[in-house]
Amino acid sequence: MSPSLRCGLNGRHIAGVVLRQYYLMRGSPTRLLPTFAWVAIDIVLWGFITRYLNSLGTPGVNFVPTLLGAVLLWDFFSRVMQGVTTAFFEDVWSRNFLNIFATPLSIAEYVSGLVITSVATSVVGLAAMLLLATGVFGFSFFSYGLMLLPFLLVLFLFGIALGVLASAMVLRLGPASEWLVWPIPALLSPFAGVFYPLSTLPAWMQWVGHLLPPSYVFEGMRAIVAGHGFSAASLLVGLALAIVQIVAAGWCFAAVHRKAVRSGLLARYSAESVS
Amino acid sequence: MTASPAAPAVLAVRGLRKQYGSTLAVDDISFDVAPGQIVGLLGPNGAGKTTTINMILGVLAPSAGRISIEGCDVGTQRAQALARTNFAAVYAPLPGNLTVAQNLKVFGLIYDVTQLDARIETLLERFGLVRFRNTKCGLLSSGEQTRVCLAKAMLNAPRLLLLDEPTASIDPASARDIRRLIRDIATGGDSGILWTSHNMYEVEEVCDHVLIVSRGRVLLSGDPRRLPAEHGVGNLEELFIHVAREPLAFAEHRA
Repeated sequence: MSPSLRCGLNGRHIAGVVLRQYYLMRGSPTRLLPTFAWVAIDIVLWGFITRYLNSLGTPGVNFVPTLLGAVLLWDFFSRVMQGVTTAFFEDVWSRNFLNIFATPLSIAEYVSGLVITSVATSVVGLAAMLLLATGVFGFSFFSYGLMLLPFLLVLFLFGIALGVLASAMVLRLGPASEWLVWPIPALLSPFAGVFYPLSTLPAWMQWVGHLLPPSYVFEGMRAIVAGHGFSAASLLVGLALAIVQIVAAGWCFAAVHRKAVRSGLLARYSAESVS
Repeated sequence: MTASPAAPAVLAVRGLRKQYGSTLAVDDISFDVAPGQIVGLLGPNGAGKTTTINMILGVLAPSAGRISIEGCDVGTQRAQALARTNFAAVYAPLPGNLTVAQNLKVFGLIYDVTQLDARIETLLERFGLVRFRNTKCGLLSSGEQTRVCLAKAMLNAPRLLLLDEPTASIDPASARDIRRLIRDIATGGDSGILWTSHNMYEVEEVCDHVLIVSRGRVLLSGDPRRLPAEHGVGNLEELFIHVAREPLAFAEHRA
């Protein structure tokens, strides 16, 4: 019998989804390269910018942990999100929905497979970024102390939530809406206070920022680097928000799938409309 | 006909209906497929054949009616029902960027096939795909891709096999090989097969029973070798053309 997990998920079903992504990665350098190339370019660019700013600034002020660290953490979040969406797009690009969804595979198993794929690709990206930032620009992740792990956890959960939500959007709106997904991290970054405190923003943007779990991470990161006290309770709010959002995103994907089955959209997906 | 009349149906469809706005795509269709039986679902383009197959596969929800596969309701016991089912359709090729062996491995896991590697070897042999094992599916000819889809469809030794125009757009020699393979599947085990095709000669050759649908309704059903004579025409193709051109006459006859 199959190894069913306690929560009712079938491990072999999930392994099938993950194995497909592994085969695609292994056989295609064009898929493998972006997992670390773009983030490496970002680190190099911001590494030199911080080095330049350090040369202009007051002695003793170090931009590396604030600016380069922020870029690194934000890129990690982006990679997690795109890890989920790109794995989903593989089924869109190869028009594979009928083959995938007319099987015993459940939606929870399918989404779990996408998430595991994203974990693998984002870890590769994180390793590449750390290697460059540490080796070339003297960045130390450990300057954030023990808070590093919850920072990464919150960003990871929010990346998964946003990736699942973006996949639901593409499932609902059709293949062409893929182009709405790529700019999402850039669209959110001004609200999340990646490079500046939320207090810099006008009030309405601050309200949006408070709904985004990464804003708690970046506020905390700046407080630690500045040597100020950091409220763990504040980060817990970010963590709670990320958990709620991941549940909401999963519910949203399942609801969109149910509607697509009712309306006929899933069976005629490439038409982008059933109207 | 190879099916045992006493055997419980592999597929039972009752009062199936699908409505899009004011359009009725499928209107109160009922039929059974018995183990070892090949049932042809025939009809002109837009008759509702693929809509019916999509509902059996659980990717389209019916507006009304019930579908059960070996007693499992597709609406409420989806995973159990689809674990007993598989399909091959001309419009659903396997991902072209994976090799034949990779596709079979991936779908074998998704269908939870035990002793998967051995099963894949058996199917590669059976469908003449051994030399294409490491070839990407997108590089294969139409006939070869059809054979890969059939191999995928046989991975879980399904009790119900759905074939939507499996021989469309392939040459007559390859089509004959595929018909033989499918015939062997039905006679060699307990699988029931639902087959759609526009080639009436192959339907007469392969199917034990046919349903002719038009405008979402089953207008005629019976033995494909006897139906034409029962309706005063020479062969199944002539009968099909009559039904396609004058569905209302047959609908009145049915009523």
